[in-house]
Amino acid sequence: MAEHAHDIAKHVKVYIVIFAVLMVLTLVTVGVSYLELSIMSAVIVAMFVASIKGSLVACYFMHLIDERKIIYWVLALTVFFFIVLMAIPSLDVHSGEGVVVNR
Amino acid sequence: MSVAEIKYIDKPHPITGLTNGKLGIWLFLASEVMLFGALFSSLILLRVGSSDWPHGKNILDVPLATLNTIILITSSVTMVMAWASLKMDRFDKFKLYMGATIALSCAFLVIKFFEYSPKFSHYEAFLKPAAVSKYEDHLTGKASISGHIEKQTDDEIVFKPDTPKGDHGADHGAEHDGHAEHAEITIDRADIHRLTSFGPWHSNFLGIYFTMTGLHGLHIIGGIVVNAWLLFPGSVMFRKERERFEGRVECAGLYWHFVDLVWIFLFPTLYLL
Amino acid sequence: MSTDHHHNPGFIAKYVFSVDHKVIGIQYAVTALLFLFFGFCLMMMMRFQLAYPGEEIPVIGGLLAGALDPDTGGFLHNLAASLVSSDGFLLPEGYNVLGAMHGTIMVFLGVVPLAVGGFGNYVMPLQIGAPDMAFPKLNMASYWVFLAGGIVMLVSFFLPQGAAQSGWTSYPPLSVISPGQTMWLIGMVLLITSSLLGSVNFIVTIIHLRAEGLSFFRLPFFVWAQFVTAFLLLLAFPPLEAAGVLQLMDRVAGTSFFMPTGLVVANEVLNVAGEGNPLLWQHLFWFLAHPEVYVLILPALGIVAEVIANNTRKPLWGYRSMVYSTIFLGFMSFIVWAHHMFMTGMGETMSIFFQTTTMIISVPSVIILTALVISLWGSSIRFTVPMLFALSFLPMFAIGGLTGLPLGLAAADIHLHDTYYVIGHFHYVVAPGTLMALFAGIYYWYPKATGRKMNTMLGHMHFWGSFIFLNAVFMPMFFQGMAGVSRRLYDQTLYYHGDAVQSLTRMSSWGAWCLGIAQIPFIINFFASLWMGKKANDNPWEATTLEWSTPTPPPHGNFTTVPVVVCGPYEYSPPDKPDGFTPQMTANA
Repeated sequence: MAEHAHDIAKHVKVYIVIFAVLMVLTLVTVGVSYLELSIMSAVIVAMFVASIKGSLVACYFMHLIDERKIIYWVLALTVFFFIVLMAIPSLDVHSGEGVVVNR
Repeated sequence: MSVAEIKYIDKPHPITGLTNGKLGIWLFLASEVMLFGALFSSLILLRVGSSDWPHGKNILDVPLATLNTIILITSSVTMVMAWASLKMDRFDKFKLYMGATIALSCAFLVIKFFEYSPKFSHYEAFLKPAAVSKYEDHLTGKASISGHIEKQTDDEIVFKPDTPKGDHGADHGAEHDGHAEHAEITIDRADIHRLTSFGPWHSNFLGIYFTMTGLHGLHIIGGIVVNAWLLFPGSVMFRKERERFEGRVECAGLYWHFVDLVWIFLFPTLYLL
Repeated sequence: MSTDHHHNPGFIAKYVFSVDHKVIGIQYAVTALLFLFFGFCLMMMMRFQLAYPGEEIPVIGGLLAGALDPDTGGFLHNLAASLVSSDGFLLPEGYNVLGAMHGTIMVFLGVVPLAVGGFGNYVMPLQIGAPDMAFPKLNMASYWVFLAGGIVMLVSFFLPQGAAQSGWTSYPPLSVISPGQTMWLIGMVLLITSSLLGSVNFIVTIIHLRAEGLSFFRLPFFVWAQFVTAFLLLLAFPPLEAAGVLQLMDRVAGTSFFMPTGLVVANEVLNVAGEGNPLLWQHLFWFLAHPEVYVLILPALGIVAEVIANNTRKPLWGYRSMVYSTIFLGFMSFIVWAHHMFMTGMGETMSIFFQTTTMIISVPSVIILTALVISLWGSSIRFTVPMLFALSFLPMFAIGGLTGLPLGLAAADIHLHDTYYVIGHFHYVVAPGTLMALFAGIYYWYPKATGRKMNTMLGHMHFWGSFIFLNAVFMPMFFQGMAGVSRRLYDQTLYYHGDAVQSLTRMSSWGAWCLGIAQIPFIINFFASLWMGKKANDNPWEATTLEWSTPTPPPHGNFTTVPVVVCGPYEYSPPDKPDGFTPQMTANA
């Protein structure tokens, strides 16, 4: 990707905006944690904000918004296995139920 | 072109559009996703299975961690600015931004040190069920007393308890509660079922907290080493093989942003929920 | 031969800290063969205890008992004390050490480094026409980190607490409280790091450094196998690294991630926080270890495919379906892991899910195997030594695979779980299966690496000895398992049902020792052929793939001209020249 200097200068402006948004979202997520929400809604809000922040970092600082196809493929594969990995706790919860029912 | 030359070190591959290094670093980050993913998954499983998972706010130091979040995000910005400066042919600004990135990462670690260290002098005594009634006045809903140890003998421990936790969100780690009005408590060792500091052995919450932030800290150290190398000895490459050097800075940047990204998820998961 | 660009490096830079993929491949292969031999020796000691419980181990027992003398040095004393009693028979703890370390060494220090580190490193860049791996220094680092991990494992035998005792699976809470485990975990973290470095390198090399004209569907099947394997290593190993770190914390920092509340050890409640979950380890472990099975088997399938195509003088039947099956296999291998855990009290829904995925994953394996068998149809086979090994792989792997089906069905697994049947099953996959394929690979590529062929007579002795005795070792295990004998028993004669099949155990043991003897021709052949083997030309097997179109042994940079590929990988007996073959690479010298 041969960017020209002035393309980069445009990028720099975007970085500053993203920086500001990340700062605001950091304060938002800390602020929300003092609202004494129920645990379920607290988790949802916190993860929602974190996902936005994470996507901003990935898309703009890591340039994922404008990346080559093969990297999307690698990441799609990773995301699939990541989801499988995240299913482990639910597996265990189910196993607990199974045991209780049998008793 | 020599037969023995490895291609696509500095120039991108015509089909993938990537250099070897960039494809490599993304694959490495994919494996890192699985590494931290497994730890997050473990955290969820342990938390769901726990009868008494503490509220991170009540044990951990949220102000320090918020400060660290801000520092790490800033370092991510300086990192990407360092790369952009190179692209804009401003080597002087590259040095400035890279130096700032390293300084901020060191600041992160120093703050982390101040966050960790008080945990090891802060204790919790879990009482035997039979002894709970004896200390009833000092308990806040749990069968344990936490605070700092003032004095200990073979039979007794003198505790200076924390201000009650919960609504106040008091952090026990910081030393500013030294003027606590609460009187010292003397506890018989025989009444204590388990005495522990707030280190990783305290509970699974603190265990996973130390493991995950510790592993993340190791990644920070790794990033500092790489960035310092690129700033000092490695930067001679800028004059000789400019494209390759830009590629290296970009890869180091991708790694650094990933470390930032992990923290963005660690912070709410451990400290706020 | 060597390219002018390169200065002449000294001996150390050339053969020890080399960045050349061929040297690193040989380093990996030789180290792995040594570890395989060592792991085999551990097993031969175990087999003696199993066959003749409570008797003095011949020779070794006496030697080790001698080292128990308090006057002898510390390290040897430690080794002996962890393994044998003063009468020279194996202690129960010693039996556990041997079992755990046999498994760990064979899987993580033997087969995988040989199949991936050895063959993958040496052959893959040659087959794709690359001058080297994409990251040569990373490649070197990968070997040295691997070696460090191996040394940590070996050193653990000589420490006061001995080596790990909790099986290669290291299930907590037992593993957390038993001695020796810390070194095992440190070793594993190093080995995992090494294979991560390696897998990144493999993937980038295969994607970026293929020669001109070498499209993905012109890749030799071996390269495809390595490609999918690298993805498995890349994405499945990190969860085990995480689990290793958690278990290390449990041991070193006193956490209790895997320690349930109120665990009593030696009549005392353990002073830990509790509330941990031992099953968490099993999930994370098998999340790696099932893909790991395919890490063990895919490179072997790759080698067998190469050897079969070459010796049947025909293109592989169903090359594309084999490639698609391999990709599907890799994909599915991530969602079958809990079939190792049917007995952990999993819910019915989950059992059914994993049962189904397990049945599905057997389909692509069968497709690959069927394609290989059909490839034999109507060919005039050259029965070379590598071909003998490759041919024996087919039925042996089939037995290994088919005996796995009952284990994948929860109902049958209840009876067979943790018995010798399981041992028989996975050893059929890995020993008469993968190992035979790896031997085929050694005989096949030895001429390319050394410039000399291995001796055929000794090769035949090695083959028939191994083939017969491998079956003698593992076939009885199915019957033992169905009779209900549990794995990891120190002395099965203590149980009525175990004592009844003790003769089968003896048969296994004698098979194992004879198998050891059958390896002697191989060891002689391997070393003697370096000097006395028949000189091999550049293409002794008349093969098509790129590694045979370069000088033997290949120079630094691999090719003397820039390779250009003109056809698929297995153009044997093409219509225009029925007795010949078309090399993939044009001879544009």
